[in-house]
This record gives sequence, structure tokens and C-alpha cells, in this order.
Amino acid sequence: MNYEKTNDGKKLTVSLIGEVDSMNTPEIEERLLREVDGVTELVFDMSKLDYISSAGLRVLLQMQKMMKPVGSMVIVNAKDDVMDIFKVTGFIRLFTFQ
Amino acid sequence: MKELKIEATVENLAKVFSFLSESMESYDCDPKVKRQIKLCVEELFVNIAHYAYNPDIGLAEISIDTVAGKDGKPRMVISFADSGKPYDPLSRPDPDIEADLEDRQIGGLGVYLVRTTMDSVEYEHRNGHNITTIEKELKGTD
Repeated sequence: MNYEKTNDGKKLTVSLIGEVDSMNTPEIEERLLREVDGVTELVFDMSKLDYISSAGLRVLLQMQKMMKPVGSMVIVNAKDDVMDIFKVTGFIRLFTFQ
Repeated sequence: MKELKIEATVENLAKVFSFLSESMESYDCDPKVKRQIKLCVEELFVNIAHYAYNPDIGLAEISIDTVAGKDGKPRMVISFADSGKPYDPLSRPDPDIEADLEDRQIGGLGVYLVRTTMDSVEYEHRNGHNITTIEKELKGTD
């Protein structure tokens, strides 16, 4: 599974690992939708993420839209290759990076 | 030229990735360019899997070749063919990447990524086939 989490109730940290592509995105999306309930601070740790395609971007956009009214979503430690994708797609303007 | 004929399903993306990495093995290529090519292969193959034959399943044919560009540098040429519904992925308008969160649309991102990261993208409908061809210069690692 390309997904690990730590959850202390209000804060959910999700580490995306390796490759997030069209094959594993549905499972990641399903888990996120299940686990984000009641969370006000969602953190995506991308320190171990090497690859993300538009399927994964769609899920991140969906999560950002869900989190905005109830709290925050932050992306941390994204590598250059992944940041390039955020830049090209304009997602860099939509997300908060740390 | 290397060719793969495979059922266009999202599950088969793993086999497509293997085919791609085997085909690229012998080329000295910058890892970033490799990842860009991989991303575009995913986007175009998954488009076929999702839309070309929906709700049925059909075949996709992928061919990978390298040619010398005008400047003599090697270029990778990858084409995707299916015999599904005629559809030009390039006819789709680009997503508005300046849009705010509220207005940001989910669709069209894959083709946009292909357009912006490849050197050329072309579509033709020929003999009942959709054929999309991408080209990218292979930059060496040195």
C-alpha cells in the first residue's frame, strides 16, 4: 500500500509512498474519504513520493475542496519532480506547501 | 520498433509500464525525462482504458521507437492506437490553470500534462483507428 497514516483525531498525516498512479489511486481515495471524517488538519507527507499522475492530482484537489470549509490541508516535503507537476498544472497556487 | 498489443484496462497499466521501462533500458536518458515520458504513457493509455470502448473492453496498441531529430539527437516516438470511438484528445480545451479552488475543474489534466511535457503530440484518425503520437527528445544523463 502506498499510504501510511498517523491520526490523533483532529490531525491526519498521510504519507504517500513511491508511486501514486491510476492503479492505486481508487484505493487511496477510498481510504482518505473514510479517514478524513472529523479531521480538521490534513497533512500529506510527500517525502517518499516519487511519482504522481493526474489520477492522484484529482484526489488531492478533491481533498482540498473538502478540507477548505472545515480546516486545513498542507503538503510537506514534496520532491522536485513532484513539485514540477504541481507547477505545470497550476496546483501550486491551490495548495499550501511547507 | 517495439510493440505491445494489450487490453486497455487500468489494471494493465503495470504491464505497459514494464514494456516502457524495457524499451527505454538501453538509452542513456535523464531520469526527469524518463518520468515525464512515463507520466504521458499513463495518461494516454488510461484515457483509452476509460473512454475508447466504454462500457466494453478493447485493445490498445502501443509502439515505441527512436528516431534521430533534425539536430541528430535521439527522440523517442511513442504511438497509441485503438479502434474505439473516434476521439481527438487534443480537441479538449486546456484546463484553466489560473482558476481558483472553487472553479478549478477536475478534468482535462492528463492531456494537459502530455501537451506541456512532450515536444510534440499529434492525433489522427486513420483506418478506423484513433492514433495519438508523442515525441520527446532523449536527454542524456551527462
